[in-house]
Amino acid sequence: MALNETSVPDDETLTHLGMAELKSGRVLLIACGALAHEVLAVKKLNRWDHLDLQCLPANLHLWPEKITEAVVAAVCKYQALYDSIHVLYADCGTGGQLLEKCKELGVEMMPGPHCYSFFEGDAVFAERSEIEFTAFYLTDFLVRQFDSFVWRPMGLDRHPELRNMYFAHYTKLVYQAQTDDPDLDVKAEACARRLGLTYERRFTGYGDLITAMAKAADNH
Amino acid sequence: MADDEIILADLSDDELVLQMHDDLYDGLKEEIEEGVNILIARGWTPYDTLTKALVAGMTIVGADFRDGILFVPEVLLAANAMKAGMFILKPLLAETGAPRMGRMVIGTVKGDIHDIGKNLVAMMMEGAGFEVRDLGINNSVEKYLEALDLDKPDILGMSALLTTTMPYMKVVIDTMKEKGLRDDYIVLVGGAPLNEEFSKAIGADAYCRDAAVAVETAKAYMLRKHNAISA
Repeated sequence: MALNETSVPDDETLTHLGMAELKSGRVLLIACGALAHEVLAVKKLNRWDHLDLQCLPANLHLWPEKITEAVVAAVCKYQALYDSIHVLYADCGTGGQLLEKCKELGVEMMPGPHCYSFFEGDAVFAERSEIEFTAFYLTDFLVRQFDSFVWRPMGLDRHPELRNMYFAHYTKLVYQAQTDDPDLDVKAEACARRLGLTYERRFTGYGDLITAMAKAADNH
Repeated sequence: MADDEIILADLSDDELVLQMHDDLYDGLKEEIEEGVNILIARGWTPYDTLTKALVAGMTIVGADFRDGILFVPEVLLAANAMKAGMFILKPLLAETGAPRMGRMVIGTVKGDIHDIGKNLVAMMMEGAGFEVRDLGINNSVEKYLEALDLDKPDILGMSALLTTTMPYMKVVIDTMKEKGLRDDYIVLVGGAPLNEEFSKAIGADAYCRDAAVAVETAKAYMLRKHNAISA
């Protein structure tokens, strides 16, 4: 992906390659490719033109053990070039390793366990998860990329009989909507049907992502 | 019938066992059931059938999963096939007897419904000769303690998939300490977001990154326990 890209690439590109929008050279956000649309939307809404963005491939989430290494490599690559760097990943299944590395490198990252939590707001999600641990979550990106991130990697396209091994204990699919998009609502409901789960749409907007980006925007 | 179709019953014992390893690798449940029945009909003991055909085959699957050659769906299909074979063997094993390695209570912690890894561990532990009581998912500290009291296992296994639920393992271990029970059990923990450091920090005996490691770790601890008793 060429640098200085201004438009958001398609989801396949975000999944496998990530993207970069490196213009200002002042504050760099290193984010998951699954957040590219949301980060650029928040940036545009707030006119934070001094925030640059490097998105790593979203499909790192299929191998969470690779996330820390990839983030560290990106931080090291850009650290000398920017006034400050902020990591827009939560723990994301790294078992605290990403937090530890970010502390070592002196960069801030998102608090909380994952994007489902920060989109809903960490405090609200933590409280809700006490009673909602049988929910399977999708975001806008994951609804669009359901086949790439859920259906195919789980082998459900080839072996639908595995459904029960994965989802027997889940009761519902919660679509955490970042935007109001009726087409995504329809698609998310279809995803729930395919997984044999009941469906709930919950509008979250960008949640704590805005807070984290505001902090980054002020830090220069 | 295709010319190259393999007739399991026509294979020698050695060829059949190797073919069963392949069939397990490919997740072929019916072929595994057929292979198990053939070996038993040929006079194999249930224990030999279990260890040489099923466990050895599943160990190859586990190694290739660890090395990134196989992925979760393939492992699940293989596990399903092995489970079908074990279903035939279990009653036979109970009749004929098999070496008992020890007893384990295992379960996923409170607030967590993920059980794929835990189920694999339970199955491989059974395959290795451990008597396993599986508590299922979403287990409170009370449920773990009740099972320890009831079953008097050698090993407690706890599993968690979520960063948010893995700290509950410490709640269980701390409660065991408070009640003076901690040293009575070998505590093994596992789950995708865990690591060695976390295991040490919460006071578990060992972190097991996969089912094969869990079996080897459990065996090593049981050996130490026996050595300590006989010393």
